[in-house]
Parts: sequence; C-alpha cells; structure tokens
Amino acid sequence: MKSLFATLALTTALTFPGIATARPVTLTTTLNNYGGDGAYLALYVTDASGAYVGSLWMAGGKSKYYEHLSDWYRATGGDTAQVNGITGASVGAGRTLEITLDLADALFDAGYTLHIDAAVEDMRDSPNEVAVPLTTDGAGTPVRGRRYVASFAYDM
Amino acid sequence: MIRALHRWPGLLALALVTILCMSGAALSVFPAAERLAAPQVEAGLSIATLADRIQAAYPGVEQIRRSPSGRITAYWFDQGTPGAAVIDPATGEGVASADPNQTLRWLTNLHRSLFLGDGGRIAMATGALAMLVLSLSGAALIVRRAGGWRRWFAPQRGPLAARLHVGIARIAVIGLVLSSTTALWMTASTFDLLPDGGAAPAFPAKVSGQTGVAFDQMALLTDTPVAELRELSFPHSSDAADVFTLKTNGGTGYLDQGSGALLAWADLSGWERVSETIYMLHTGQGAAMLGLVLGLMALGVPVIGATGVLIWLAGRRGRPRIRGNQPASRAETILLVGSEGGSTWGFAATLHAALSQAGQSVHVGPMSGFAPKRYARAQRIILLAATYGDGAAPTSAKGFLDRLNALEHTPDAPLAVLGFGDRSFPAYCGYARTVAEVAAAKGWPELMPLDMIDRQSPQDFARWGRVLGDALGIELDLSHQPVLPKSQTLTLVSRRDYGAEVQAPTAILRFALPRVSLWQRLTGGGFARFLAGDLIGILPEGSAVPRLYSLASGSRDGFIEIVVKKHAGGLCSGQLTALEPGDTVTGFLRRNPGFRPGRSRAPLILIGAGTGIGPLAGFIRSNRSGRPVHLFFGMRDPDSDFFYGEEFPVWKEEGRVTRLFTAVSRGARPHYVQDALRGEATQVAELIRNGARVMVCGGRDMAAGVADALVEILAPAGLTPAVLKAEGRYVEDVY
Repeated sequence: MKSLFATLALTTALTFPGIATARPVTLTTTLNNYGGDGAYLALYVTDASGAYVGSLWMAGGKSKYYEHLSDWYRATGGDTAQVNGITGASVGAGRTLEITLDLADALFDAGYTLHIDAAVEDMRDSPNEVAVPLTTDGAGTPVRGRRYVASFAYDM
Repeated sequence: MIRALHRWPGLLALALVTILCMSGAALSVFPAAERLAAPQVEAGLSIATLADRIQAAYPGVEQIRRSPSGRITAYWFDQGTPGAAVIDPATGEGVASADPNQTLRWLTNLHRSLFLGDGGRIAMATGALAMLVLSLSGAALIVRRAGGWRRWFAPQRGPLAARLHVGIARIAVIGLVLSSTTALWMTASTFDLLPDGGAAPAFPAKVSGQTGVAFDQMALLTDTPVAELRELSFPHSSDAADVFTLKTNGGTGYLDQGSGALLAWADLSGWERVSETIYMLHTGQGAAMLGLVLGLMALGVPVIGATGVLIWLAGRRGRPRIRGNQPASRAETILLVGSEGGSTWGFAATLHAALSQAGQSVHVGPMSGFAPKRYARAQRIILLAATYGDGAAPTSAKGFLDRLNALEHTPDAPLAVLGFGDRSFPAYCGYARTVAEVAAAKGWPELMPLDMIDRQSPQDFARWGRVLGDALGIELDLSHQPVLPKSQTLTLVSRRDYGAEVQAPTAILRFALPRVSLWQRLTGGGFARFLAGDLIGILPEGSAVPRLYSLASGSRDGFIEIVVKKHAGGLCSGQLTALEPGDTVTGFLRRNPGFRPGRSRAPLILIGAGTGIGPLAGFIRSNRSGRPVHLFFGMRDPDSDFFYGEEFPVWKEEGRVTRLFTAVSRGARPHYVQDALRGEATQVAELIRNGARVMVCGGRDMAAGVADALVEILAPAGLTPAVLKAEGRYVEDVY
C-alpha cells in the first residue's frame, strides 16, 4: 500500500482564537478495492447540533464533481473557498490517504463529529461514508466506512 | 500552406490520434450494448410507481439513477451492507450487477488520459486538436483538388494509397470534426473553463419535520414519467430535516419527506444543456446509433494515417534530397524548380550543391511556391523550368505566372531563367520562354539572358554553370549525373512481326508484368498501375540514356505491350526488335497524364499512323463501356503493316471501336491519314461539334498534316484545333 502524505497547519475556523493550544493530528484513510476509478473524499467537521464547522481536507481537484459529495456540498453550498489550500488528488481503490494537521484541543471531547463524504465516477455517491465523534479516547481506534473506506483513524 | 498544415500535425500526432480513434471506436459499442441490454420501461410509468416498487424490494434504498440509455440502477443498504443492482422497472427487482465494467473503465481512461491523470488529459486534448486541424485542412485540400464542394465525391485517380486516403477521409471527416470539437469542449468543461457547473437550488431552510410520506402523495413524482428521471436520492433515515432530491431532464429540486411538497426547484442552465448535448454527441450515451456511426468513422483513421505516411514518403522519393537547404528568408540565392517528371529537380540539386560548396546560402523550392516577400536576403533568383506539352507550366510550377503577374513590383534581386526541353519539339522550352518574356515585360532585372538545356544535356548544363559562375564571380563546376527512375527487368512473352515487305520491320512486343511489391501497389510505384498512353523508358545496353515508348496496354490488361519499328542504326530499336520470347530488357514507367482518353462518355476520334497506333489500340482495348470510338489509321500496305489487323474485327464486334477508317500510302494513289479525315469531313465536324475528343499519335509530319486537315474541316463550324487544344479536347503524342 502506498501512502499519500500531506502536512499542513490548519488556520481555519477550527483553530479558535484565544485558545492557543493545538496539537498535530494524523488522519489515516484506507480505501477498499471497490473496483472503480479514484475516489473523491471530503473530510469535514460538524458541531453537536450537526452544523458544519469547517473542512479538513478535499481529495479530488475538479470542483464540478463536488456535488456528488452531497452532504458536504449541501453544508457549504459547494463553496470551493472552504477547501482552498487543502485540496489534493483523488484516492485510488486500495490506497491510503494520510494527512497530518494541527487541530485545536477544543475540538476534542466537545461533541464535534468528523465526517467523510465519498463519491466515485459511475458508482454510488456515499455521503456520510464515515462519521466519528472527536474524543481523546477514540484516537487510534479504526472505524469502517459504509462503502469505500476500509478503515479510518485519527492519531494524536 | 494548407498542405503543411495537414502534413506536420498528421505526422507528429499520428500515434496519439490513432490511440484516440481506436479506443473511441471500441468505446462506441458500449452505449449501444447497454441500450439493448437495459430492461425497457413500460410506457407512462411514473417515478412514484418505480420508487415504490424498488423500495418494496429494497427497503434500504438510498438512490435511484437512470442512465441516458434507459438503464435504471438502485443503491441501497441492507443491514449495514451496501448493495447495488440494475433494476427491472416492471418489478423493482435487481436483474444484473451494477459494478462498473472493467473493460469500459480501462478503455475510458486510455481514451481520455492515457492513464496519466491531468497531464494525459491535456495530451489527449492536443491529439483532438490535431485531429480537428487535420480534418479541416484535409477537407480544404480535397475541395481544392476536386475543384469545389460540389465535386466532393468526384471519382479518385492515382495510386492506391492516395485513393484510400481521400476515399475514406471524405466520409469520415464529418465524424472526426464532430468528435474532436466535442472532445475539446468536454476537456474545457472538465478543467472548469466553462460556466456549465450544476446549479442546485438553495437547500430549504424549513421542512415539515414529518417523515413517511407515500410516493403516490408526491405530486411531482406521480406526474413525472420515468423517461425524464436522472436521479432520485432518498433522505437519511435518521434525519427528519433531510429531503428527497430529484434530478430530471429539466432540473433539480427538493421534496419534503413529510408532506411530499416541492420545497425548491432550479432549472438546468443553458450552459448545462449545451454541455449535456455535447456529452451525448461525443459519447453516444443517449444516442447509441450516432455513437456507432462515429465509432465506425474513427475506425478509418488508422488507415488514413498509414496511407498518409505512404503518400508523404512517395512524394519525397520523387525528388532528390537536398542537403543543407536554407530557409527562403535567409538564402542569398533562391533556386526555384518547375519540373514535370522530376529530372529538373536533379539539376537543381547539383546546382545547389555546387553553389553551397562555393560558400553561397541557397534555398531550393518549387516554382509554385514563389513568394517574393519571403526572400528578404535574396541577391539573385534562378528559375529552372521544364515545359509541359505545348508550352504549359509543368506540375511544380503551376500558378507561378499568375503570382508573377499579380505582383506590383518584381523583386530587386536579378533573375536568371534556364529552360529544359527537347529541341526536336516546336515548343522547345516554351514555358521557360514565356516566363522570361513576362519577367522582362514586368521590368525584372536580368542576371543572365535566357538559356536552354537540350535533352538533359550535362554539357549544356556545365556550360551554363560557367557563365553563371562568371556572373557571380566564383568558379562553378556543374557536373550532373542524371538520376534515372529505378528500373525493373521485363521478360518478353510474345512478339508479332509486321512490315518487312515494305522495308519497315516492326514488332508488337508483349512483356510479362513484373512482380509488384505491396509497397509499389500502395504508393503506385513501378508498374503497379499504368494506363495505355503512359510511357515506358527502355535502357538499351551500352547507353545510359533511356528511350521512351508509348504503352499499348494498361495494367488491367495484365501485360506490357509496345509497338517498335526498327530504325536503321537505332541502338534501342535494334535491341528490342531482336528480342525473342524469354529474353529480358530493363525499363521503368513514366506517367503521361496529358495523353489519356478520360472517363467521359463523349465520342473519341483517334488518329494515328505507323507505330503511333500503339496507345490508340490500347485505348480501344480498354474501352469496356462501349464509348463511341472512331479510329483513323494510316499504314503503308494492309498486307504488311496493318498492326492489330487481327484484333480490330473482334474489337468492333465487342463494341470497343465504332468505325475504322484506314489510309494506305503505298500504291498507285498514295492516301494518308489526313486524306481519310478529309474524306469523312462532314462526320468528323459533326462529332467534334457534339463534344468529341481528338487524340493524335504518331510522327511529327503526320501530326502537322492532321492539324492542317482539321483546320479545313472545322472552319465551317467556326472552330479551330487551337480552340480545341485550349479546351483539352485535342491532344497529341508525337515523336
């Protein structure tokens, strides 16, 4: 398996002003062999009420296909400014996407949920492919996605 | 210019375009196959009924899609396990796997990106652009050659490769233009260069908060037939704030999952509609028949490409390679060539080499490419001009005089004209003379007076070179070895002898067709394809200068036939008339496009004497369509030199010749072929008035006598042989 690395310091709404503490978090997404072209993945966070807070990563460069990531698209209105500077290539079947970013401590154990929407050309659109609560206890515990994600984990 | 625009993109993009077209042709089959395999929807079935049936079969259904072919696919979850199937709309049950076809996926990725991502997409788009340029420039070339759009499907001539190239291209070009333009549009759309993105309506802020509405309570779903459906997405089961999302051919909307009401709707934008139409035209998805037709047209491209390369190679072979040819804009000496058969190019190559050796920078090109504006640094312009027929422009000089006449000012660089020809013809160097006269009349300064080279004489050429060297102040030594076409060995199969009794021993010699390689067949080289009236060059032993004879047969006859009279002391005719079956000679083919009967149905008047009957007999033998042919044939004595005397009754029986008039010159009252013409003056004049074509073959004196006789015969009708010549209805092959 090949890994795709990306490192960045996240400076969106997810790093709260006044709370200087943040820690590097590694998000590892491994896809199963679903037998199709590269998958588009949107990684984003919602708060306890289900409202969109911000995006962490967009795997897939062509914005005309973002509408198939339907929950993310609905939450953002397809606004590409939400993923400016945090966009990479789509992820092939069987491949792993690994990204490391600085996340505010306040995001953990406060009711926030990390979501992944996935879509593949000529195959099922899979909004809410993964939905995991962000907790310090849950770190390092892999979860399965509904259709394309074989395992997802966040490590601190 | 157009030809360059056709040649270079063609050669450069050949591989890319071939991959594009082959994969495209393979892909074109899939929409048709999907259309045939997809279970058909009953007329008037509504989306509501379909959704109801599918949800009954698969309670966890999340999405229903309908492809342009009509195939319906459903995606569901069953106790956490994802499922998908092609649905039979009559039952709502799955009937086939919805997994992507791996062959289709592989072909699609090859076709659009060579498996190379965005870089590959750009490469393939470049290939499509090359295809478009090739199609348009090729169409322009076809129109130019045929002489107008109306003659787009005019019959083809020439070697097999050229006929295949144009024959396939003029049909396929429609599909290729469509496929390449739509490909460029789709690439632009993929890279977000077009404002054709989906415009979804704003998500409704307020919903009923209820769930569980039945499909038959949702007006939009009961009113919309399945044929309009593209996609129906179901709300998340756990989220009461979620909605149904419906996409149809008309647009996108949200439906409340409690009330069934339409909460928001957005029509497709104009750009989206255009892009979708273009997608359909390119992929054939939703237009399977069109897709198959486009695929079939794309399948012609490898053949068009391969024959194109052959045509290019054959064209290069016709002229010698000129090493170190300078661009026209940088050369001090511009050397322009007007050549018919290619021999003048050989002289140009020798001159180019000698001048380059002397430190000059020289550009060699065809006279037809005359473009004085480009000759920025030219100090002198030299024309080497052969003559075609009676003073007409040779092939590579076509259009030169028009361009010269159109000039406001002649170039400042002085001009030298060197004519090439055969002194035994009345129009000796006729074209070169005309060019020199026009140039002088326009006030073009003269570098050297007009000079002429007789029968490719190396001595004449060397002498002229010395004069040129003097004019330039350099020592110029031109030693030219004429390059002869590649000759082949020909074996005599049979001979028939005539004329011994009248002191004119003559033989009809028939040679076997030499083996023709596939290469020759494709490029029309060697003896692959020839017609009666073309020439054969025979190289006699002990001489490097070939003698030309008119062919009395075409390649379709399956043999090579010539009529040869033994001249006293003639080297070549002596050797030929001494041949016995099984003996061999070496020879090469030279085309003679100016002396052909053509395909028209107009009557032919063939006039010949002595061995001049050869090509005329060939025309008659190949007249399978019963075209009216009137032959006037002059001989010495019907008992001795009536060539083809055995065949004529048969040919007449078969309708290949209509009437035969003979003139006999030996005897008490000598009678020549022009006398026979005069004897039939009324009928001849009548035939010519009605569009008949006159072809004369034989000695110079006979041709002159025939022309005089025709002047008399045509005068009452207000016509002259000169007028007929200008119309191309009076052609001669004289020796």
